[in-house]
Amino acid sequence: MSTFATPAGRAGTRIVGLGSYQPDTVVSNHDLAQRMETSDEWIRERVGIVNRRFARPEEKLVDMAVEAGAKAVADAGLSPSDIGAVVVATCTMPSPIPNAAAQVADRIGVKAAPAFDLNAACAGFCYALGTASDMVRSGSADHVLVIGAEKLTDWVDPVDRSTAIIFADGAGAAVVGPADEPGIGPVAWGSAGDLVDTIHIADRNSFIFQEGQSVFRWATTQIAPVAQRAVEAAGLTLSDVDVFVPHQANLRIIEAIAKRLRANGAREDMLVARDIVESGNTSSASIPLAMDHMRAAGQISSGDVALLVGFGAGLSYAGQVVRCP
Amino acid sequence: MSNEDIQKGLAEIVEEVAGVAADDVTADKSFVDDLDIDSLSMVEIAVQAEDKFGVKIPDDELANLKTVGDAVKYIAASA
Repeated sequence: MSTFATPAGRAGTRIVGLGSYQPDTVVSNHDLAQRMETSDEWIRERVGIVNRRFARPEEKLVDMAVEAGAKAVADAGLSPSDIGAVVVATCTMPSPIPNAAAQVADRIGVKAAPAFDLNAACAGFCYALGTASDMVRSGSADHVLVIGAEKLTDWVDPVDRSTAIIFADGAGAAVVGPADEPGIGPVAWGSAGDLVDTIHIADRNSFIFQEGQSVFRWATTQIAPVAQRAVEAAGLTLSDVDVFVPHQANLRIIEAIAKRLRANGAREDMLVARDIVESGNTSSASIPLAMDHMRAAGQISSGDVALLVGFGAGLSYAGQVVRCP
Repeated sequence: MSNEDIQKGLAEIVEEVAGVAADDVTADKSFVDDLDIDSLSMVEIAVQAEDKFGVKIPDDELANLKTVGDAVKYIAASA
């Protein structure tokens, strides 16, 4: 009987490079108050956002993904030919085909790469990171470029004050490579399809709809346990976590989850990502954007233990611990 | 548990979540108009009340609980 060969695989994986991109246009709460019934104070109180970035009409999701992805490859000290696969987490492409990943790979210079998009909405980056880590560990690819990229403004009603004040555009990326000492923990992930109606885009002519209270209740009660599972899966305890980087959904959700984690053993001096204040909610891009910004600001150092957790439409959720590159 | 005990427990939750002095949380007060509590804080109050009193307060019920007295009555009837 013939036997299938399988690749040897790798002992562990690690994030070896980060990159991010935001459009130039800064939109303040005061700008939004010009076009709808809202105010700076109302927005700060409800969601904690002060500024966000909107892409120009001609600036495409793929353009932003290319910028972030190329920076991450350079940051890793690699050349495009070293990248074995490209995964783009996104839920806001203008059309279902073509996907973003093949174009991104081609434009960055990764020739004939396996390339696919992954849609787990705001949980997308952590889903893609887990998938990429497993691809490297199993030997399917040596280095995987993972990008979260969103142009949410294409799918948001610009005068709906329940969503237009929250969502924004941008891209963040990470390169996953092999490591002798594991630097990406096992993913803790799942879904709650029974709550599908709470965040959705009904059809191609519709905008994002979100049931704020239901999503808030779910996120503030169900996500801390997911984050805890991710920590335990890596054989760590919450007190090992140096920096908590949740999806930047809403500052009040972020604070509520951090409070629960601290009540269960996370340190008081655990740094909490609050990139939403200046970046808004960029869905799958928010976690790598926050990590890259915190690194640039000198807030996190190489080797720090970061706890990532994404959550959003589906409903979907995923988290893992990583060592900062 | 008496309605008085429920109201006292609820007032403690409101104080912790929204920073409203517990003494101000009286039966006739409207959460939104008098205590200036927004919809997200109402969810946090509901979640904590569920834990404290062993009841379920779904979001669609929450919308009907306009005053502190409404909430006390609902919790008393559900507990």
